[in-house]
Amino acid sequence: MYDFQFKPFEEMTPEDYATVGFKSGLEVHQQLLTTSKLFCRCPAGRYSKEFHAEILRHMRPTLSELGEYDGTALMEFKTKKEIIYRVNKETVCTYEMDDTPPFMMDDEALDIALEISMLSGLTLVDEVHIARKQYLDGSIPTGFQRTAICGINGSVPYGERKVSMIQLGIEEDSCREISDVGHRRIYNTDRLGMPLIELVTGPDMRTPEEVAEVGQILRKMMRTTGRVRRGIGATRADTNVSVTGGTRIEIKGVPKIGMMPLLTYNEAQRQWNLLRLREELKSRGITEETFTYEHADITRILKKTRFTPIADAMKNGQIVAAVKLPGWVDLLRWQTQDNTVFSREIADRVRVIACLTVLPNIIHSDTMGETLSGAEWKGAKKALDCTPDDTIVIVWGSAQDVETAVKEIAIRAKEVTIGIPSETRQALRDGTTGFERILPGPQRMYPDTDLPPIRVEPERLERLRKRMPVQYWDRIRQFTEAGVPKDAIEGLAISPLAPLFEFAVGEMGFSATEAAVMLWRYPRRLRREGITYDEMKLDDVRAILQSVSDGKLTRDGVLNVLRHAARNGFDAAALPSRLKRSELESFIQKAKQQVRYSKLHDEKNIPNLTLDKVMDEVRGRIPGADVAEEVAAHFAKEVQS
Amino acid sequence: MSDKDTYKGYRGIALEALKKYGIRVWSDARILTDADTFEGIVLPRSETADGDHIVIKMITGYNVGIRADRIRGAEELGYKEAHYKIPEKAFPYDPKKSRVVLFGTGGTIASRLDYRTGAVIPAFTPGELYGSVPELADICNLETDKLFGVFSENMGPQEYMTLATRIGEEIEKGVRGIVVGHGTDTMHHTSAVLSFMVQNSPVPIVMVGSQRSSDRPSSDAALNLIHSVKTAADCDIAEVMVCMFGPTSDDYGLLHRGTRVRKMHSSYRSTFRTLSDVPLAMVNREGFSYLRDDYKKRRNDREVDIKAVFEERVGILYYYPNMQPDMMDMMVEKGYKGIVIAGTGLGHVNKPLYPALKRAREAGVAVYMTVQTLWGYAQMYVYETGREMMGLGVIPLQNMLPEVAYIKLGWALAQSDDLEEVKDIMLTSINGEITTREPYNGYLVFQGGIPEVDEFVSEIRR
Repeated sequence: MYDFQFKPFEEMTPEDYATVGFKSGLEVHQQLLTTSKLFCRCPAGRYSKEFHAEILRHMRPTLSELGEYDGTALMEFKTKKEIIYRVNKETVCTYEMDDTPPFMMDDEALDIALEISMLSGLTLVDEVHIARKQYLDGSIPTGFQRTAICGINGSVPYGERKVSMIQLGIEEDSCREISDVGHRRIYNTDRLGMPLIELVTGPDMRTPEEVAEVGQILRKMMRTTGRVRRGIGATRADTNVSVTGGTRIEIKGVPKIGMMPLLTYNEAQRQWNLLRLREELKSRGITEETFTYEHADITRILKKTRFTPIADAMKNGQIVAAVKLPGWVDLLRWQTQDNTVFSREIADRVRVIACLTVLPNIIHSDTMGETLSGAEWKGAKKALDCTPDDTIVIVWGSAQDVETAVKEIAIRAKEVTIGIPSETRQALRDGTTGFERILPGPQRMYPDTDLPPIRVEPERLERLRKRMPVQYWDRIRQFTEAGVPKDAIEGLAISPLAPLFEFAVGEMGFSATEAAVMLWRYPRRLRREGITYDEMKLDDVRAILQSVSDGKLTRDGVLNVLRHAARNGFDAAALPSRLKRSELESFIQKAKQQVRYSKLHDEKNIPNLTLDKVMDEVRGRIPGADVAEEVAAHFAKEVQS
Repeated sequence: MSDKDTYKGYRGIALEALKKYGIRVWSDARILTDADTFEGIVLPRSETADGDHIVIKMITGYNVGIRADRIRGAEELGYKEAHYKIPEKAFPYDPKKSRVVLFGTGGTIASRLDYRTGAVIPAFTPGELYGSVPELADICNLETDKLFGVFSENMGPQEYMTLATRIGEEIEKGVRGIVVGHGTDTMHHTSAVLSFMVQNSPVPIVMVGSQRSSDRPSSDAALNLIHSVKTAADCDIAEVMVCMFGPTSDDYGLLHRGTRVRKMHSSYRSTFRTLSDVPLAMVNREGFSYLRDDYKKRRNDREVDIKAVFEERVGILYYYPNMQPDMMDMMVEKGYKGIVIAGTGLGHVNKPLYPALKRAREAGVAVYMTVQTLWGYAQMYVYETGREMMGLGVIPLQNMLPEVAYIKLGWALAQSDDLEEVKDIMLTSINGEITTREPYNGYLVFQGGIPEVDEFVSEIRR
């Protein structure tokens, strides 16, 4: 069964993915566009690296509702980290620092979460219960994230198929890690407490490309509400991947959908290759039952080493240990992902769990490279009575950390004989994944005793149903039929201006092209100038279109007025009055004067320059075509006379 | 099993639905509604929540509420009752370590969740404590005695007297130190009462609590417990103290004198502050930094004076502008024997109250003055108002905190009906409740926003 070998990424076919049983699902995290944070009244969406105070905390594992310590909890406690929070007084209050109980959940945020639940075809819950989800890595100062389910069991169309939606949760965002060195981790707290939704799909995607496509669909669907945040970090996705015989592995926080295919490919490859490694071990007679290891303190043997990392450690009074894996020769070089071998799995665990964060943190006898001298390797192997079939791993650090590391090396090696350990993994820049933490189970959830449940009243849902956007895929179909210019169809369908587009064509009498120019191309142009949709108030844009429809403004004046309105608001009454053709002559005379004063390269340009100057004065008050005709007529008369 | 257990917390249409479909609390159920099918474990319902919804815990670990009138059918798939247990291990005994007794009164220092009310309820045995804070075994041989299980607002004279008596008994048996686990809301009342009821203790008596319950990873309970047990076992100060977080960071604890301490923030970890004075010491896992040397030192004898008495007919009158004299008259008419006024400024009330003060004096009620500014002295001789009130028999209590004055007056009136004798007790400082001097650093409420304060805060982890 494990005969299949992964091909390079570009050469993998859907059949290949079927062979390994590739399955993937998404957990899309989307920040919501609210004024305040989710459980306090701090302003939302204000980010700054500046900080005014630091707070130090530790995280202790605690008990879940159903009784036992959670696996992750114990791991994090093993690491004994000092957590430092950097606090900015403008963006963080005593709630985020866990010195004040939560305030009631932000209504605006819950509205948006319910609206997106409905868009995702989910069944809404009747009563929202706020839970605490433990995070002992310190990314939230309370040690848990407040989170609640809004809807379950839905689906979203994907081509001819449907992708199932398991649930949508509303939750507070966590801190951003600044550094994690040794036993100290530093967090910036500006993002902490931001309202976020998590939309979870079923494991329905069968190839890495499908993962990205579904990711795009969900991102766009949420964007149609006009009530979600955009920009770096506002949309992130955790990607779950498994292969036949493997385990559901969560790749955390993939910041760009474009990275998903390579990441999921590599994760599938990693699982598959680890399963093949298990087969190899089996053929060498190493199984869960027969697995053994030995370890020894080899500090004295390496006393005079010139290998800098170990020499430095010993200068600081640290120790060196070796772990023998009997029968494992060459297997630490076993390929797991692109350009990655099994020893990385061990190094990652040692880094995270034993806090040996300076790399390299291990060396091993399968790749001796330029590390220890031949004599030192020999001495180390002798200390553990190694045969040529064995591999040794060497680790150094404080006595306590090395003790943890030795255990962890053995644990990770033994896990290969069992299968793929449940864990969450980081998305790395090169498209591979790295160990982050043991995957927490449902045990880490318990009710939040600080907040009562929230009734979801039918009236609230009725109100939200009314404001719900048409699904963008339906709009794309309608817009295509209505003859909207091709380049504008999808963008306009996702845009918060889409309902206005329909109104402009249906009620104001614009053609699809005219409306597309005003509502798609102009806003895009303004976005390049740094003016976003969020700054353009829907009511203003509607009033501007109405002015055109009423004849108070010409179409070529819309861009200028939009630009001005985004900054200063719009008042139809303040628009200058329309001009008649007969009133243009004075503008032309004035413009001609100005042109005359400027140095001209070629007198032939005078009519065009005059036209430009006139347009600057009258744009929006009279159609440009009329101005051009009048200017042309003016110069024609001049030539005649 | 009774209905009450089978349908814990449910009422109204939710209870009817559970009965109708034969679904018990803790059962693994599949519930069909007019919209969808929900699967999960039916949880007990909080008694303060409405009677319209059924709560289930889904396989994902999340809880959701389903409106009972939308249920169309349901079946039980299994049954799994949750047992919340702190991993309990016998507290190890080390003959080289000293014996410390931890008295439990309730509060959040050791607690667990109650799924019926959604509240945090006290839980407490040495085994449980060792299970959750194993570091305690490195400090001492700990014994525990759960005296009561009450939230601190429900502590009262009976509890005070029992606690003082039990502390006396343990001291006579030769304990190395006492820790009292207590809810934080009224911890400073209890620390004051113990300061008066338990005098000349040869060992530390340390009160401790937590501001974040121990069911949360960020709880201050473990560190407070470690600090307090360390203090009981090793500290040189043989006084009644409150041991709580110094800063909000997980850093050091402060040892506050029991008569000068007050809870100053409704939720902060570093809520306890010494007022008009400085704390006795700082404590961390390693040891103590003594901040002063005028404390009562640890002794090797087993002598202690226990005066466990309390007169309940005592109250605090918190003065506000336009207070009507009948507020005080009511107390007098209802037979109160002592009244502590928390007056404005240096210890003042308005003139309309004078006749009531006069009536109180005629009725033989002891009336004392403290300041609602909390910091500073009642100096009633400064203004005419104060002098007039003293003329009406109101006795200023210098810089005694209002809560401490209330406690002390209750304790003093239980010892004598002679108001002169009571006055003598009240004005003789037993353990710092009145100090003769307020040091310049006894009043430091930093004002945020001022550049030098913000600079200090940014450099020092609070």
